[in-house]
Amino acid sequence: MDFANYDPAGAGREITSAKIVVAGGFGVGKTTLVGAISEITPLTTEAVMTAAGVGIDDPSKVPGKETTTVAMDFGRITMAQDLILYLFGTPGQTRFWFMWDEIIRGAVGAAVLVDTRRITDAFAPLDYFENRKLPYVVALNRFDGAPDYELEEVREALAIPADVPLVLTDARSRDSVKKVLVTVVEHAMSRLQAEHDRGHPTPVG
Amino acid sequence: MEGRRTEPRGALVRPYAVTRGRTEPRRDITLEAVLSASATAVTESRFAGHDKHRIATICEGRAQSLAEIAAYTRMPLGVTRVLVADMVAEGLLTLHTAAPTMGFVERMNLLGRVLSGLREL
Ligand SMILES: Nc1nc2c(ncn2[C@@H]2O[C@H](COP(=O)(O)OP(=O)(O)O)[C@@H](O)[C@H]2O)c(=O)[nH]1
Ligand SMILES: [Mg+2]
Repeated sequence: MDFANYDPAGAGREITSAKIVVAGGFGVGKTTLVGAISEITPLTTEAVMTAAGVGIDDPSKVPGKETTTVAMDFGRITMAQDLILYLFGTPGQTRFWFMWDEIIRGAVGAAVLVDTRRITDAFAPLDYFENRKLPYVVALNRFDGAPDYELEEVREALAIPADVPLVLTDARSRDSVKKVLVTVVEHAMSRLQAEHDRGHPTPVG
Repeated sequence: MEGRRTEPRGALVRPYAVTRGRTEPRRDITLEAVLSASATAVTESRFAGHDKHRIATICEGRAQSLAEIAAYTRMPLGVTRVLVADMVAEGLLTLHTAAPTMGFVERMNLLGRVLSGLREL
């Protein structure tokens, strides 16, 4: 082996990364879902923004302005030497829309998690995605003792469009989470194909 | 690489000075954009300041996303992005494919690979 060219991180090879967003209100199971399938314990990244929710790069540049820190967590699945999938959870507080915009930029698609015990918490996240181009699916995370709604009841209650996939999940189960992510990617593929067939490709992000 | 630089960039150049205006952060470095560093770059980064050297070291054994670099260094995302953009410009880090710029066929292929990758888990 030629050690001068030894390159374990692949600096000389093209690596592609993709991202799926896991959205939803506080406590719906986003971090649990990411942790159930990630090869690393979910990591946390913090972004600093003004109290008005505008992102800033360097807090020292805006002295005197009130800043707040938003945390998001994420996981990683290395699928091949040249392909990595990242899973990003949105901050629970939906007022940090700036951060949501940053997180969904370039994503393959999103899964919006809904806790059936607090169904109205899903309104804000669902509104957000309805006004974006990003393909998304809705996943009901059924907690113990949660009301046993039919999927179609939930679709009606939350006014989820007919073409948005709706699935049940257990965020703690790797197999169940895998199915949710497969649904996201399949949905993204059929949307992309449909747009291509119509000749109107949607700009990404 | 060696000898190409005209200005000395020793350890005395503190990273926060670099983030103050010399380089605008690149919005095109998304959270999941992956970066890697060659062994040569890691050695060279010793002269680029503590934070940059740390970042290069993190990206040496295994390619890491912008988000991972921020998490491991415990630096805020915005600051990390500025340093990383700077290091890409200086040739200390390699920035890999950003999915958003792809066309239909490339995106379809990528989605297909992600789908089979998930099914194989
Ligand atoms: N019973 C049950 N508990 C869950 C499930 N998903 C998450 N939890 C629990 O709900 C709490 C909040 O989950 P977390 O993932 O931190 O929510 P986040 O705020 O959306 O990231 C944690 O105590 C989890 O253990 C689930 O599917 N079933
Ligand atoms: Mg969480």
